[in-house]
Amino acid sequence: MSVRTGNWFGRAAVPVLAVVATLLAIWYVAVVPMNVKEVLTQAEREGAVVVPPSAAERRDAGRWGLVFANAHLLGASWSMDRARLPAPHQVAGELWKSTWVEETTGRRGIVRSGTLSNRSLVYHGGVTLGATVLGFVIGSVLGVLLAVGIVYNRAMDLSVMPWAIISQTIPIVALAPMIIVVLYSVGLSGLVAKAAISAYLSFFPVAVGMVKGLRSPDAMQLDLLRTYSAGKAQSFWKLRLPASVPYLFASLKIAIAASLVGAIVGELPVQRGGLGARMLGGSYYGQTEQIWAALIVAAVMAAGLVWLIGWIERRTLRAMGARP
Amino acid sequence: MVIDAKNLSLTFQTGDGPVHALKDVNLTVEKGDFVSFIGPSGCGKTTFLRAIAALEHPTSGTLTVNGMGADEARKARAYGYVFQAAGLYPWRTIGGNIRLPLEIMGYGRADMDSRVKNVLELVELAGFEKKYPWQLSGGMQQRASIARALAFDADLLLMDEPFGALDEIVRDRLNEELLALWARTKKTIAFVTHSIPEAVYLSTKIVVMSPRPGRITDVIESPLPRERPLDIRDTPEFIEIAHRVRDGLRAGHGDGV
Repeated sequence: MSVRTGNWFGRAAVPVLAVVATLLAIWYVAVVPMNVKEVLTQAEREGAVVVPPSAAERRDAGRWGLVFANAHLLGASWSMDRARLPAPHQVAGELWKSTWVEETTGRRGIVRSGTLSNRSLVYHGGVTLGATVLGFVIGSVLGVLLAVGIVYNRAMDLSVMPWAIISQTIPIVALAPMIIVVLYSVGLSGLVAKAAISAYLSFFPVAVGMVKGLRSPDAMQLDLLRTYSAGKAQSFWKLRLPASVPYLFASLKIAIAASLVGAIVGELPVQRGGLGARMLGGSYYGQTEQIWAALIVAAVMAAGLVWLIGWIERRTLRAMGARP
Repeated sequence: MVIDAKNLSLTFQTGDGPVHALKDVNLTVEKGDFVSFIGPSGCGKTTFLRAIAALEHPTSGTLTVNGMGADEARKARAYGYVFQAAGLYPWRTIGGNIRLPLEIMGYGRADMDSRVKNVLELVELAGFEKKYPWQLSGGMQQRASIARALAFDADLLLMDEPFGALDEIVRDRLNEELLALWARTKKTIAFVTHSIPEAVYLSTKIVVMSPRPGRITDVIESPLPRERPLDIRDTPEFIEIAHRVRDGLRAGHGDGV
């Protein structure tokens, strides 16, 4: 496939693969100094002569110094159990094991039990995805409604935006447990509580984008509608709303990514499934491979969701007569 | 009498004090007239047109359109307005853009379809109904915006420098087409321009205006016949009227234009 005339995948494939290859190379190199102390301790236990010989001295030594002094002992760097930084193939192995292998051969996997295993990333990814999508829908609807209120109501114009901005300056990690506790006390927990945090993060970009979009028609276009004696509702449906669509999609892409972050943060304090729970669980038990595997699933999910919005955007704008 | 202005004044309050956009303007426009408003920037020609459209409100004096107040006339959808830019909605086809006022005014579906077809033929855009604005040249877009103003039953067409952004060749052609359209539809047209040949070529009545304060300095009833080929611009009568317009502009300005 020609690089210049290929489709989107064709055009993007070469640069994307080059970046991925570079990152993997850096990762593989970084594994050595990151794990060097544990690797040397293990080698010492197996009888090798390590420089310097005392563990206390090694603790305070520089990582690169240890790497160069013991270069011949570092073969185990890329296959450590509970490595400080697991190698990419270890993470890939964990990913494979906790998705395909777990579901097809595990006792609790879908093949043998009929339901997704609660030890698989497919299950946890699904839990997070559900909260993300629900929160995104709530947040987007809320954002659009707020924007309409801000554009059409002077009191809301003056009062809502400052609060919306303040709401986004509070670190979500600090706020999330409180939201969960407050919602739990009124009988809302699980999916809805996590979706609330997602919605909290995703309404803001939508509201800001939609205010700008709804105000994007210029004076001449508004005057044109006045010459027809169009009412407020007509000018909203026929002019302001369609004019705001490109702004809406730009905001939705930000909102869906923020929504995923919100869902993961919402899963941290609860530990009832989801990628956030997997990440925190992995860090409790030193299962770094598990953390990385969950991170990668989250990243792929975010990329997929943003791509999906972009795809809908392209379809919608094409249907609205955009220049192809 | 379609438009009747008596002692009309309009003052904008700005940070630098009041700006007298119009001062003591008196004018009547009869049904079927083609009136051009010409003058330098700031003479109030566009403000006057916007006042007729009830997009601006006079500070004093009286203004009636079709015998009603300007606001009532706007609510009665007495006029179609053509702006300097075509201002077509990019997300609507040409047909969809022309349908816009019809949808707002609540015309029936079948009626809309036949009106869209009619006005597209009138502005020589038949066959472009399903195209999007970006697929049309600037001149064609402006024709579509004229079609949009003609689609509903308003006998008055207000045009604010509609061809100002177009090149001279396109402008000549659209001027010719506009005259033909005016003859066929028998509408009353009020037309703002800053081109002397355009004003003289199109109008039955030329209103010369001058700035600070915006006022009318001369009203010329054109002796040219209603049927006007483009080469009428080389006749002595045409040149004489153009000369009088230029004199009017110069006198109003107090120095050379």
